[in-house]
Parts: sequence; C-alpha cells; structure tokens
Amino acid sequence: MSTSARPHALLAEFESPAALLHAAEKIRAAGYRRWDVHTPFPIHGMDEAMGLGNSKVGWFTFCFGATGFTLGMLMIWWMGAVDYPLPVGGKPLFSPIFAFPVCYELTILLGAFGTLGGMALLNQLPRLYHPLLKHPRFKAVTHDRLFAVIECADPQYSDTETRRLLESLGGRQLELVED
Amino acid sequence: MSAAVDKLPAYVVPPPAELEREPLVLNQRSPGWISDKIAGLAEQGMPRWWWPAFLVSVGGMLMMFGMIAYLISTGVGVWGLQQPAAWAWDITNFVFWIGIGHAGTLISAILCLLRQRWRTSINRAAEAMTLFAVACAGIFPIVHTGRVWYALMPGYLIPFPNANAIWPQFRSPLLWDVFAVSTYGTVSLLFWYTGLVPDLATMRDRATSKLKKFLYGLFALGWTGSNRHWRNYEKAYLILAGLSTPLVLSVHSVVSFDFAVSQLPGWHTTIFPPYFVAGAIFSGFGMVLTLLIPLRTLCGLEDVITTRHVELMCKVILATGSMVGYAYAMEFFIAWYGGNPYELYAFKNRAFGPYFWAYWIMVTCNVISPHLFWSKKLRTNMVFVFIVSIFVNIGMWFERFVIIVTSLHRDYLPSSWGYFSPTYVDILTFVGSFGLFMTLFLLFVRYLPVIAIGEVKAVTPQADPHHPLGGARPGGTH
Repeated sequence: MSTSARPHALLAEFESPAALLHAAEKIRAAGYRRWDVHTPFPIHGMDEAMGLGNSKVGWFTFCFGATGFTLGMLMIWWMGAVDYPLPVGGKPLFSPIFAFPVCYELTILLGAFGTLGGMALLNQLPRLYHPLLKHPRFKAVTHDRLFAVIECADPQYSDTETRRLLESLGGRQLELVED
Repeated sequence: MSAAVDKLPAYVVPPPAELEREPLVLNQRSPGWISDKIAGLAEQGMPRWWWPAFLVSVGGMLMMFGMIAYLISTGVGVWGLQQPAAWAWDITNFVFWIGIGHAGTLISAILCLLRQRWRTSINRAAEAMTLFAVACAGIFPIVHTGRVWYALMPGYLIPFPNANAIWPQFRSPLLWDVFAVSTYGTVSLLFWYTGLVPDLATMRDRATSKLKKFLYGLFALGWTGSNRHWRNYEKAYLILAGLSTPLVLSVHSVVSFDFAVSQLPGWHTTIFPPYFVAGAIFSGFGMVLTLLIPLRTLCGLEDVITTRHVELMCKVILATGSMVGYAYAMEFFIAWYGGNPYELYAFKNRAFGPYFWAYWIMVTCNVISPHLFWSKKLRTNMVFVFIVSIFVNIGMWFERFVIIVTSLHRDYLPSSWGYFSPTYVDILTFVGSFGLFMTLFLLFVRYLPVIAIGEVKAVTPQADPHHPLGGARPGGTH
C-alpha cells in the first residue's frame, strides 16, 4: 500500500444489530447513496431500513424457467415427431403429456441456474478484489462484527460531516479504507 | 457483540415465559462462538477417530470400484440376476440411495419454505448427504446396463446428435428418470453451494495458509457480507428452496413411474408416487440421524444440534413412517378390492411366499419401529434414536427389495418362476457404496463447515435487532 492511495470509504463499526439498523435508517435519511452495511448474517428489517426494494432475482428465475420448459417441449417434439419418428404401439409421436415430466425437470434445472446466475449478476460477484477485503479489521465481518461503510465517491461525502454522522449514530473505530 | 450483551440494560422486560420457545442454540452462544466452533472443526487436524474411519471408508470404496471393474470386464452375469428377476439389487440400491437424498432437500427446501428455523443446524450436513447419496445412486443404473460405455455415451441417455442419428425415447419413464435424477443432483449442488458462499467467506477470512486462503477465497466469490448482496442472496436462496420443493417431490414420483407405468402386478399401482416420496423422506431422515448423532457427540456440537433438533427429526420419522405403514396396508386393500387375481396373488406371495422374511423385516423396521417415537423419553435418548435410525435404513432397503424382487420372481406362468439370490459381487458392490458415501462425507467434515454458520448465527437472539440481546431498547422501535 503506497501512501498516495486514494481513500475508498469510511468504515465504522457498530455494537449491535439494533444499533446498525437504526444507523442505516439515519444514513439513508441523510441522503447518502453509495453506502452499505456489512454483517455476518442478514439482519431482519435491514432491507426496509436501507430503502432497498424487492430483489429482482425472481425475474431471472422466471425467464430461465420458461425457457427451459419451452425448449424441452420443442426438443421432444422435434426429436420424436420430426427428425426421427419412431412409431411404437400406436402411441402419438408427440404429446405434451408424456413430454411433461422432462419439461418440468428442465424448467427447474434452468430456473435454478437462472436464479444463481441472476444473483451473481445483480451482486456483481465473483469479485475477488475489493478494497474492504484488504482491510485487517474488516475480516471480522464474517465472524461477529457489524460495519457501516460510506464510500468517498458519494456526492454527499465530506471528511468531517460524514465522520460526525457515523459517530453520532454510535459508530466506533472510524477508519478510512484505502482503495 | 459480546459488549452489547454485557451492557444489556437491566430494565428490559423479557417476554413471558410461556411464549419463549426452547432456544435453537443452547447456552446463549454468541455468533463468534459459532464461527469458532464450526469453522474450527475444519481447521484443526481431525480428532483421532477420523483417520481409521476414513481408511475403512476408502477401503470400501475401492472394493466397490474393484467389483464394478470385474462386472464391466466380465458381464452382468457376475450378479445373481436371472430371468425372471432381471432387476434386483442394482435397482434396489439405486432407489435406496436416491431416497436417502430426499431428506436433505426436504430439510433445506421444504422446511425453509415452512419457516422451520431449526433446519439451520442440520441443513448443511443433510444437503451434503443428499449429494453423496445421489452420487452413489447414479452408479447403479449406469453399471447395470452391462455395456457401460453405451449408457455414458452422449446420445443414448442425454439427447445429443450421434452417428446413429437416433434420439432417446421420451415416452419411457426410464428416460424421465435420467432427467429427474440429473436435475436433482445438479440443483442440489447449486443449492448447497449457494448456502456455502457466506461460510466459505468465513473460512477465507480465518485461513492461515496461503493455499487455503486462495481456495476458500476463490469459491467465496469475494463475499463481503454486504446487505445489498444479502438482499439478492436471500431472495435467490428462497427461490431455490421454492424450485427444490416441487423437484424433490417429482424425483421420487418419477422413480416410482419406472415401476408404476409397467404392467407388472405389484408394480402397476397409482399409490406409488406419494408412497415412494413418503418412504424417501422417511429413509432420508433415518440416514440424517445415523450420521448426525455420532457427529454431534464426536465433534461436541451439542449446543447447536440440540436434543430438540433430534426430537423434531424423530417426529418427522414418526409421521412419514406412519404414511409408509398406511401405504403398505392400502396396497393390500386395493389388491383385494381391485379384483385382479394376479395382483392379489402378487401381494399374498409378497407376505407369505418365498420372500416372506424380507417382507416381515420390512414391516418390523418401517411400520413398528417408528411408533416407538411416540414416547418422549425414547425420542430424547440418543443411543436409542441412533439404533432406530439404523432400523429405518435397513427397513427401507428391504422395502425396495421387496417391491422389486417379489413382483418379478414369479411371472404369470409357473414355468417362469424363479428365486433370486445375490452373489458376492452384488453384496460387496452394495457394501462398497457405503464406503464411497462415507469417504465423501468424511472429506466434507474435514474441509467444509458441517453446519451453516451464517444461518445459525441468523437465528440466534443476538442477531435479532428486535430482541434485547440484539441491542433492542424498550420503548423504541428497535
């Protein structure tokens, strides 16, 4: 780390989930946009406190699942009734009835990939480099520590005001994280 | 976090005692303790029991692969299969293993949708068990084809353009099974991995060696515990649970179609799909208990996998065991009520014919033993629960054997009657599959967190912003 590294964000530690939840409401009310809280477990009510809407992952699931079902039907129809018709015991070459179990499974299979892929896309993961991951104290976020982080790139950010806000909300051990 | 507990104001009024449930984590363990305890298991060298257990399991696994090599190089004649019983232990083992997997998905998906928070202590190990059971199950249908290369070649099972220009037969339930089981294996893996991501981040942040840091870090995808991430993550987890629920119900239904869609008396029954699903969950919970009761004691996890967890699992066994017992009775009733003489004969022969011993082992283990769990005293006795869980495993293996072999061994004409006996290859292959299963499970215990650390933390009162231990103040909203 060179001394000329730009600051990335202001990091503050909070002592309890309730304190962090309360702080999140206030940070949001103060008009910050590029900020986040980092916790070892999801905190009930935090999405509302941060003003985050419903996650869009479900749309990925729906589109992929519908694709799986449609592709399955088309595949079975084309293979059995068009490309290589094989009459057996007078049974129809294609019927959505016997095609259903396979299409049902393909709906779920593609839906699951869509869900995971959608989550990764929306979260911009994998991201193996992150300024916070370099910070020695931040490691404990996956252990038992709770942090709020306000990025220096936020238009509202000010070295003194932001620091004062976090301190007034109960944030402790404030530190600038380098980029 | 512990500071918050210390500074707990004295005037916080605790909720009335009758509203308090038994805690999911005993002794008010803190989130830090949970990380230390569970991640620690995979970090320290394994205790002394691990190596002997691992070596025995690897021995069993190698024995199975040896037997499979012998089977493939010689032919399926090395098994005891003969007309009319051309399916026996191979398919029994397949259905047995795939059924075991079902408890993992039930715990992780269905209990998640039902908001059963006790699932958090057991879902990781149960999902791992699912994956390993599906791996064991997958071996049998592939090797039973004899010319294994045909089963594995793209174009025969998986639709893929091939030199013969043919496609798989989509009208066959056996092909539905290929899709059901491979989807099940894949989605279970995705679900398991999704659940692992935050815990892999915990392992990454605790790792001391460079290699571990790199590997755990790679698979943790750069997780930082950001709430903007948790939001999408939790939604994805919920949706995966929603997808896995119809999946798990469909998989054993499709497995049962392998039998029910045929015309054979004893197989051609409409009760099969629900009956197979109930049996699968029953057997799976049996295996979860068989694995977790020793693990809990050997690894000192009594505060996380509590007596209450074991008791609840016993209740699931009691419920599904009763369904299975009802299905056995209903099968007999319909065989009589349906008026088909061949059907009735198949069932009389099942209970009183040459395989009567297998039938009554099944009834003893599956119908009688779960009812011992009506007693709270027995449900909370770990040694007793462990023994009954073994009985459940045995009983459910025999159930599949009874369904498959007793229906096949007497064809319509007495000239086509036979008696199936396994050869040593049959027996050692099956015994060896437990070696494969345990090898994978022991490696999992050694390298990955056996309990979902992040999820268990989330159900502790310390993580609840509306609980005094989570820092809630009286009078305020939180």
